[in-house]
Amino acid sequence: MSFILEGFVKAFQLLYQGDSETYSAVLATLKVSSISMTVSLLAGIPLGYLLGYLDFPGKRGVRTVVDTLLSLPTVFIGLVVYAFISNRGPLGEFGLLFTLTGIAIGQSILALPIVIALTATSVEGLERALKLTLRSLGASPRQMFFTTIWEARMGLLIAAVTAAGRVLTEVGISMMVGGNIKWHTRTITTAIALETNKGQFATGIALGLVLLAMAFAINLSLSTLRRRV
Amino acid sequence: MKQQFARQFKILLPALIIVFIAALPMKAASSQLLLATTTSTDNTGLLDYLAPMFTKSTGIELKWVATGTGKALKLGENCDCDVLMVHAPPAEKKYVEAGFGVNRRQIMFNDFVIIGPDSDPAGIKKQEICSALQNISEKKEPFVSRGDNSGTNKKEMFLWKQCSGQLPEKQEWYLQTGQGMLATINVAAERNGYTMTDRGTYIKFEANSKGNPPLRIVVEGDESLLNQYSVIEVNPAHCSKVQNELARQFGDWLVSKEGQEAINQFRLLDKQLFTANASQ
Repeated sequence: MSFILEGFVKAFQLLYQGDSETYSAVLATLKVSSISMTVSLLAGIPLGYLLGYLDFPGKRGVRTVVDTLLSLPTVFIGLVVYAFISNRGPLGEFGLLFTLTGIAIGQSILALPIVIALTATSVEGLERALKLTLRSLGASPRQMFFTTIWEARMGLLIAAVTAAGRVLTEVGISMMVGGNIKWHTRTITTAIALETNKGQFATGIALGLVLLAMAFAINLSLSTLRRRV
Repeated sequence: MKQQFARQFKILLPALIIVFIAALPMKAASSQLLLATTTSTDNTGLLDYLAPMFTKSTGIELKWVATGTGKALKLGENCDCDVLMVHAPPAEKKYVEAGFGVNRRQIMFNDFVIIGPDSDPAGIKKQEICSALQNISEKKEPFVSRGDNSGTNKKEMFLWKQCSGQLPEKQEWYLQTGQGMLATINVAAERNGYTMTDRGTYIKFEANSKGNPPLRIVVEGDESLLNQYSVIEVNPAHCSKVQNELARQFGDWLVSKEGQEAINQFRLLDKQLFTANASQ
């Protein structure tokens, strides 16, 4: 049982003493999740807005598809992305396998449905009167978009936090696509998987605590932001 | 409202810029070599020890993916790595014959051991390998297998077939983990069972358990338990983008006097893990 307590002590040691392997994994996690969050937010918010705002035939069907994609298993995304970017796959020539970019592609696929679905829900949740008012005031489509998004900002914040939570903690994509290469594509989650495989539970627990601390920092800064807007 | 938005944007912009800068890929070193290898060379720390020496001597940075021999060979076949360091000679020979690899060279060996609980419920201590396996099978004591088509797994399956004519597939005492060697040893320890491991990983396990390992070596030293490692370059004729020049240098360095001495000098808990035996 001592390894549990040991894990807590070790977490502080790793961070405090600037353990280079730990920081390399933290940096890899930060890099890859920032890319995938940026991509999924930039693509997902406009798409979610369209899905929530427009009425079009087959909207229900699209909605069901997006909601189903919310439960895409990470190992499956990992496998599909791997197959595509392997040198024998259709995108092989770009040499993306075992790179952070490759992981980011998979994580964007993971986060995109979350951003789309939650954006659409929060846009739908706005009062219908807003749409009518804006239209009667003669707002351009661009103004409509920004005003609606601004009004739905709380929902978008929740969408971003949820997607970030999923992206930060996934291990299937990072392991399969990234290959857990030391100093390069080893993220915190794949490092935890490795340490567990090696029977080094204390180090694994320590890394888990580091990840929790990161999630805490992100949520803390977002809730500060929420109070300000 | 727009002003508010602009103010938010002013706060967010520096944050975004920082994120983007952090997200820029690290400056790629002049030459990086991707090695696919087995968990035993990584788990024992051998590669952590060899990589800096190799870089110092050749200027090539070594990156590696540690997996089972089966998967490593598959990575090479798919052109997803430059060079392989694996240990399953029959599979390797087939692989080279199929045109996926070239220039296979022996580099070193270690040996496999059967480990089990100190109480030795199957009573196989110091027996020869075949009677040991037969006794485990007769007494239905738990035997934990890698089950992942790795070099170790291939060797183990070969021994079962040789000793009892068939694999104990689907027997309830035969557990296949599908995981790496140390993970598999941990399963064996939890289930109070036997398993076959390379000696290096066992020494590492011994070190992890702080001198009081729940599993101990029960069978060792048999000729058929030797474990030969080789280096194979991925065939540039099969994979046009493979960095064969770097792969060749890695193989050359491993079989060179410097590389061979480095392998012999690698110690874990004061024990030599690998014996260099390049035929140069």
